[in-house]
Amino acid sequence: MSATGPAADPLVAVDAIHTFYGKSKILHGVSLAVGRGEVVGLLGRNGVGKSTTLKSIMGLVRPAEGRVLYEGAPITGVPAHRLARLGIGYVPEDRRIFRALSVTENLRTGLDRRGVSAARKRALLQKVYDFFPVLAERRAQAGGTLSGGEQQMLAIARAMMLEPKIMLLDEPTEGLMPRMVGQIRQIIEVLRRDNIAVLLVEQNVPLTLEASHRIYIIEKGVVRHHAMAADLKPGDAVIKRYMGV
Amino acid sequence: MRDRRHAVLFWTGFAVILALLAVAPLVLPEFWRRFLTEILIWGLLAMSSDILIGYTGLVSFGHSAFFGLGMYGAAAALLATRPPSLWLALLCGLLAAAAVAAFVAYFSTRLRDIYFAITTLIFSQIFYVVIFTWTDVTGGENGLTFRRPPLAIPGLFSMPFTATSLHWFVLAVVAGSYLVLRRITQSPFGMVLQSIRENEARTRAIGYAVERYKIVAVMISGLFAGLAGVLYACQNQFAAPDFVFFLVSGEVVIYNVMGGIGTLVGPFVGAAFFLLLREGLSRFFTEFYLIPVGFIFIAMVIFMPQGVLGFARRWLNR
Amino acid sequence: MLQAILIQTVNGIVTGMILALVASGLTLIFGIMDVVNFAHGELFMLGAYVGVLTLAATGDFWLALVAATLLIALLGAAIYLTTLRPLLGRDPLTTILATFGISLVLQNYALWQFGPVARKIQEPFTGQFTLFYLSYPWYRLVIAGLSAAIIGALWLFLKFGTFGIWIRATTQDRLMAQAMGIPVPWVLTAVFAIGSGMAAASGVLFGPLVGVNHAMGLDWILKAFIVVVVGGMGSLGGSIAASIFVSLLEAYAALWVSPAQAVIVSFVVLILTLLFRPTGLFVPTVR
Repeated sequence: MSATGPAADPLVAVDAIHTFYGKSKILHGVSLAVGRGEVVGLLGRNGVGKSTTLKSIMGLVRPAEGRVLYEGAPITGVPAHRLARLGIGYVPEDRRIFRALSVTENLRTGLDRRGVSAARKRALLQKVYDFFPVLAERRAQAGGTLSGGEQQMLAIARAMMLEPKIMLLDEPTEGLMPRMVGQIRQIIEVLRRDNIAVLLVEQNVPLTLEASHRIYIIEKGVVRHHAMAADLKPGDAVIKRYMGV
Repeated sequence: MRDRRHAVLFWTGFAVILALLAVAPLVLPEFWRRFLTEILIWGLLAMSSDILIGYTGLVSFGHSAFFGLGMYGAAAALLATRPPSLWLALLCGLLAAAAVAAFVAYFSTRLRDIYFAITTLIFSQIFYVVIFTWTDVTGGENGLTFRRPPLAIPGLFSMPFTATSLHWFVLAVVAGSYLVLRRITQSPFGMVLQSIRENEARTRAIGYAVERYKIVAVMISGLFAGLAGVLYACQNQFAAPDFVFFLVSGEVVIYNVMGGIGTLVGPFVGAAFFLLLREGLSRFFTEFYLIPVGFIFIAMVIFMPQGVLGFARRWLNR
Repeated sequence: MLQAILIQTVNGIVTGMILALVASGLTLIFGIMDVVNFAHGELFMLGAYVGVLTLAATGDFWLALVAATLLIALLGAAIYLTTLRPLLGRDPLTTILATFGISLVLQNYALWQFGPVARKIQEPFTGQFTLFYLSYPWYRLVIAGLSAAIIGALWLFLKFGTFGIWIRATTQDRLMAQAMGIPVPWVLTAVFAIGSGMAAASGVLFGPLVGVNHAMGLDWILKAFIVVVVGGMGSLGGSIAASIFVSLLEAYAALWVSPAQAVIVSFVVLILTLLFRPTGLFVPTVR
């Protein structure tokens, strides 16, 4: 893959989208692409439009202009629940697990799909419990009683129940203890090994540079910089400029 | 400069319409004359509702209570003295409406949108049930009948109302109310109300005591609704519990939506539109006119939420 | 005197269960889509009419119950799809207006179709049993039992089963439910249909107790609103508890005042609730 993007056939391609949030315009022509099995990092300060970009891909907001493509086909305007079934997993900022549903029920929201055999469902569930023993322990507990870190794990696990081809992660390490940041790093590694693409929105620069293949930097609703992660270091001038760190 | 031009346009338009409405009873047949007076009264009621819906963002189903109590308050006054006194009727009607408004305001304004609508509805029904069952005082199901008071200034003169002079009286009251309400909505107070409608949380965060503003809004709204009730009592010489039933409030809200909320003039257009529709459709649908009118209303909520006035405004602005 | 109180207790519970059935549908709909369904009373009323017609055609009360529930559920789905779905993104007050308009149309439609004279639904079985020296109709107990059964079935449906999870997830966070692949548009339609069906069933069950006429929905919608506010808006358990509570109080009040005045009790309960526990008298800890 080059610094201009993945090879010809990206999994997700965002083509010059302009998106509003209410009356304010957040995205002023964002373009990016994520290849199959690629981990792509999206860096930027608060409020520059990182979350809105993810939401635009997920169909939770509709871009006023521009297109979003998934496996080559346009998906702008396709409702979110269809995109989830097509293989896009979304883990929002603030986790947003279903607080009054139990851990198992939370997982079932992604698990209970047509065309998945009972055996495969059991296997998926077991796989997640093996990987997140804490969730297994708390499987009958209401989501709202979990700690911040546990909720983050549940949010990710829940999206994985969709058996997605790409995971959109919105600031997964926000508000987590340093020890948990390491766990997030591991989770991203596992996703990569399973050939699941990841679009990682973050403000944690070192983590993002470590975990990603390529990096986009957004500022004020436009992509300002694009490079291979290997070519960037946390102390670089370009990082300092856009992240203000 | 623009403000001056705007003001000139407004006052010219106002004067023209006022003149037309004043001349109307002289040229219209009796039926339509009455119709016009009724439009004015219902329009006043709807205008009072607009303060809440259009300017504060609160849908109230309680206006039938204010209207009805204004009516009954006037009725009580008109039955109490001989000869019946117009000014006493006005006073009692407004006091009754104000009391009800205070009561309703106290409870309802703590609640947000939907709960406000439901609670005002329930309060309407509370008053309905009380009036309906307290037959000794309110005449129960049959209501009260009484004589129309003369236009009188005690000691100076007394002149019974004719159909035409009553119309002028109503017109004067309604026009005056419109000007007062217009002044209020354009005042700083009115601006705060609109800010509450736009974004209540932000208005509160800026530091305004939102609940207090809402209470005042409900009181103002209730007062003018009560005034409409007094006028209705004078016009028709009876008061009945049917007017307190919440469906009347619902109809008033329909006038608001049809005419255009947040415009003060819209409610009159809406009332006229609805009453004309009723007239017209009754020919074909008899008493079931509400079926097609209901459909039209629903369609307007979905497709023309700005009402007739909003639609006309956009069409004019092209 | 004791007998009278006992009878009223049973009466209160019977009415309370029907009210609970009506209010549950209202709460379910409000919880999931923030729509205050003004037309709910009319769905109750139309259910009763469908019951009347089916009963007249087939003579089978239970068939009438099923037919009314299914037909009105379909009507509910149709109403939702044509009128409410377009309004979902907008100011929530527009849905109040729209459902109010629908209630007017349905009420007058019923008046037009069936006339102002009340119809009667024959009870499926007459017969009474003795309750402390007095005769009490079996049928009333059956209504209470059936309503409880339907509500119980609803609770089970929500608690277990995929669709129940979908409904609960959508109620809590519509956006994330979509992001998890739950077909939210269908869930909303289905919930509106279920709520409507429940209202219709209540109408048929209650029919034999009073006459069926076009205005019967008005009383119920008012009581249902009160109960939903007192019970805690959006809380299923709360509205059920409140239904029984308010109905019992009204039944007792009817010992001293006329039924028309007994409704004031529910108004008083509402006012007290708003004064002291505005979030609801019966709101459980975590919903």
